[in-house]
Amino acid sequence: MTAAKEMPTHFLSSFARLEHQLGQGGDAWFHRVRKEAIGRFAELGFPTTRLEEWKFTNVDPIARMPFHSAEFRADGLPTERLAELPLAHAAFEQRCSRIVFVNGHYNPQLSSRDLPDNLIASSLASAIERNTPSVKQHLARHASVQHQAFVALNTAFLQDGAFIEIPSGVTLDAPIYLLFVSTADEPIASHPRSLIIAGDNSQATIVEDYLSVGTGVYLTNAVTEIVAGENSVVEHYKLQDENEEAFHVATVQVHQARSSIFTHHSISFGGALVRNDVNVALDGEGAQCTLNGLYVTTHKQHVDNHTVIDHIKPHGTSRELYKGILDDRSSAVFNGSIIVRKDAQKTDARQSNKNLLLSENATIDSKPQLEINADDVKCSHGTSIGHLDEDSVYYLRSRGIGAKEARSVLTYGFANDVLNRMKLDAVRVRLECALLARMSGGHTQLEGL
Amino acid sequence: MSTEIDTLEQLVNRDYQWGFVTDIEADSVAPGLNEDVIRLISAKKDEPEFMLEWRLKAYRHWVSLEKAQAEPKWANVHYPPIDYQSIVYYSAPKTKENPKSLDEVDPELLRTYEKLGIPLQERAILSGVAVDAVFDSVSVATTFREKLGDLGIIFCSFSEAVREHPELVQKYLGSVVPYTDNFFASLNAAVFTDGSFVYVPKGVRCPMELSTYFRINARNTGQFERTLIIADDDSHVSYLEGCTAPMRDENQLHAAVVELIAHDNATIKYSTVQNWYPGDKEGKGGIYNFVTKRGKCLGNNSKISWTQVETGSAITWKYPSCILQGDNSIGEFYSVALTNNYQQADTGTKMIHLGKNTRSTIISKGISAGHGQNTYRGMVKITKNAAGARNYSQCDSLLLGDKCGAHTFPYLEVKNSTAQVEHEATTSKIGEDQIFYFRQRGLSSEDAISMIVNGFCKQVFRELPMEFAVEAQKLLGVSLEGSVG
Repeated sequence: MTAAKEMPTHFLSSFARLEHQLGQGGDAWFHRVRKEAIGRFAELGFPTTRLEEWKFTNVDPIARMPFHSAEFRADGLPTERLAELPLAHAAFEQRCSRIVFVNGHYNPQLSSRDLPDNLIASSLASAIERNTPSVKQHLARHASVQHQAFVALNTAFLQDGAFIEIPSGVTLDAPIYLLFVSTADEPIASHPRSLIIAGDNSQATIVEDYLSVGTGVYLTNAVTEIVAGENSVVEHYKLQDENEEAFHVATVQVHQARSSIFTHHSISFGGALVRNDVNVALDGEGAQCTLNGLYVTTHKQHVDNHTVIDHIKPHGTSRELYKGILDDRSSAVFNGSIIVRKDAQKTDARQSNKNLLLSENATIDSKPQLEINADDVKCSHGTSIGHLDEDSVYYLRSRGIGAKEARSVLTYGFANDVLNRMKLDAVRVRLECALLARMSGGHTQLEGL
Repeated sequence: MSTEIDTLEQLVNRDYQWGFVTDIEADSVAPGLNEDVIRLISAKKDEPEFMLEWRLKAYRHWVSLEKAQAEPKWANVHYPPIDYQSIVYYSAPKTKENPKSLDEVDPELLRTYEKLGIPLQERAILSGVAVDAVFDSVSVATTFREKLGDLGIIFCSFSEAVREHPELVQKYLGSVVPYTDNFFASLNAAVFTDGSFVYVPKGVRCPMELSTYFRINARNTGQFERTLIIADDDSHVSYLEGCTAPMRDENQLHAAVVELIAHDNATIKYSTVQNWYPGDKEGKGGIYNFVTKRGKCLGNNSKISWTQVETGSAITWKYPSCILQGDNSIGEFYSVALTNNYQQADTGTKMIHLGKNTRSTIISKGISAGHGQNTYRGMVKITKNAAGARNYSQCDSLLLGDKCGAHTFPYLEVKNSTAQVEHEATTSKIGEDQIFYFRQRGLSSEDAISMIVNGFCKQVFRELPMEFAVEAQKLLGVSLEGSVG
């Protein structure tokens, strides 16, 4: 820890500059949250591989890099660069509410003008400014700064992101699409923060999409807090296809009330070093949670997926499936833990992690965990690591399919299991195309939807 | 449901049978640990110079670890800090120096082993098991030595091996578990007092089961034994280990090291039935069982198989592991761990695949009752050169009661794409419908539970040698349920 503790100095000094820039104006409560977070981050420092939670992921490259703060260039994306970002997937665009963030800041030009009346959706910055009571009630209450250094960092630099509140009883027909674009011209650190509140008996689908324009190093350190009210149904997609030099650290913190149904799809295609934390607290009887994940890596990419499903109350159900395809010298980590608290009787939890290694040099570290403190439960986990089945390849080849195509088809089939669980056709089709393009060799970027 | 719980509680509350104390005069050193104590132990054992040097190196390493507070804390067990200066590091029953035959062994000692069901008279042994009996810090008797000697098999106490076969000891000691391995292994290397030594020469298949029976008797002592088993090319040996201790209110430390070395085509089967005193119903007393066990499949086509039944000890911290170095070598781990009352167990294995086409199997069954906490912690590591490696792991937990816990922490690290690694784990309790099925057919709840638990453990029990399987079932019966088998 000692070595890393010296590291975050440039973040501390840019925090001081940000403080100066913001002045003493604004809400005192909000200011205090940020102050506490930077204090905690200074104590924690960047995590080292000596911490169990970071055993296989070395964040030294992030700690060493002198990132600029994104707040100094809030002007966003020059219009001529827009061409690089083909946002338009016509069918999807018409039917969804789109909110776009450039380097972590809300961009009104790119966002849809008309949002449905029955939805409160805005930038978090303006929600804080308006003193929205639900922001005060939930923001930074779920994602803990105590032990998660990157959450503390994000909270300290908390300025903007998406704020979505679905009122009780409202069912949204069209998905909400949140696009986070980073311009990779210079090493910028952006800390987008989103708060999604689904009221009781509401239904919504939210897509978070992380993309980059240009190539170069930068850091995205995102935190999303999701509060799912009683009987609510929330489907959440997190798609990540940034450039292969980007660092991406993201935490999704979910709080589920009684009988709520939460589904999360996590897709990681891009980035040099990617870390996803998904923490779900089933804090109400009969809550259901489904986590699906797919990570496809090549070259020297490193993707680390950490999930924690915490069964706090009885009769909870959770299903988790994470699949990984690793090529070249890439490496991946899966750490999935299922916790069943003393009172969470009748819990039914299943977890599965499957990995396909396509190259001699790829590395996978898989660590499923069960911590069970109640007796009347059904819990299981399974992990497998393997390579393409030669018999299956032979079967396809004997029917006149080329060796390369046969491998592509099998790999695609392996991954498609996860994609097939997605309800949004537009997203699924897009991902299928991206996956096929990758299988056939070329790496096409996952374009905006 | 309530009848099931009642039955369980009745059964669970049976007493520990082996809790008596043998009244025998002991030759002990004062509590505390320093270089003089180590020199004294070494002198008492009449050891050659290299052993003393090795012990001192280990001791200095341990002191540096203790200063750095490097006592392992990662395990999922909780206990107050151990005062290493209050432990007696050497205690031996006062008897004649090196008894030549059983007739010279103190009859009180023989009676102790008789009482434990381990007859040391060769004619009294029905099943052809050679026994090395270790009492506190020393080995008191080893049976069937001559018969084994005819085949060239060396089976003796560790102290004797150091004196009579120093070349073998020097060559292999610490080659699998070096004294720098971990905190408790360092401590053991510094102060270990006795244990068993087995050498099976080329091409010999050991005709009988070899076994060591460990007994802690003296108060405040720690038992630190060291076992070294070497199977030369094309040989085969099966080794059993059993242990008990008296009931005492204070905790006693048991920090053993076991090293196995299998050369080309050799097979070592190592079975343990661990039944140290687990503490009373409030969790007072009991043995801290902090053990390092590791086998190295050095040669091609070698095989090491660990089977353990862990029912005793207040805390178990034990990971019998296999280093699969030779091509086509095989590692196996079969375990049943039972925690009851306030027992805690953090146990599992490490399978380190280095050679090509190496295979490993892990079957772990955890049973938690009362306030017991049972953790499986295992690692499967496939290194870059281990082409064609294969692993299958299965970890099942059974929860009996609502205050106990079962935890699973597997680590799978794969650096070779030709590897096939599978891990499965489940946790469940005995279903009401299962009990109902038995009851409906006229069986009592008690019988139903015992049959279900036995069925749950069967995959492991059938790996045990015959004599042990019976004992293990009985043990599980006493520790948990009652009329088994």
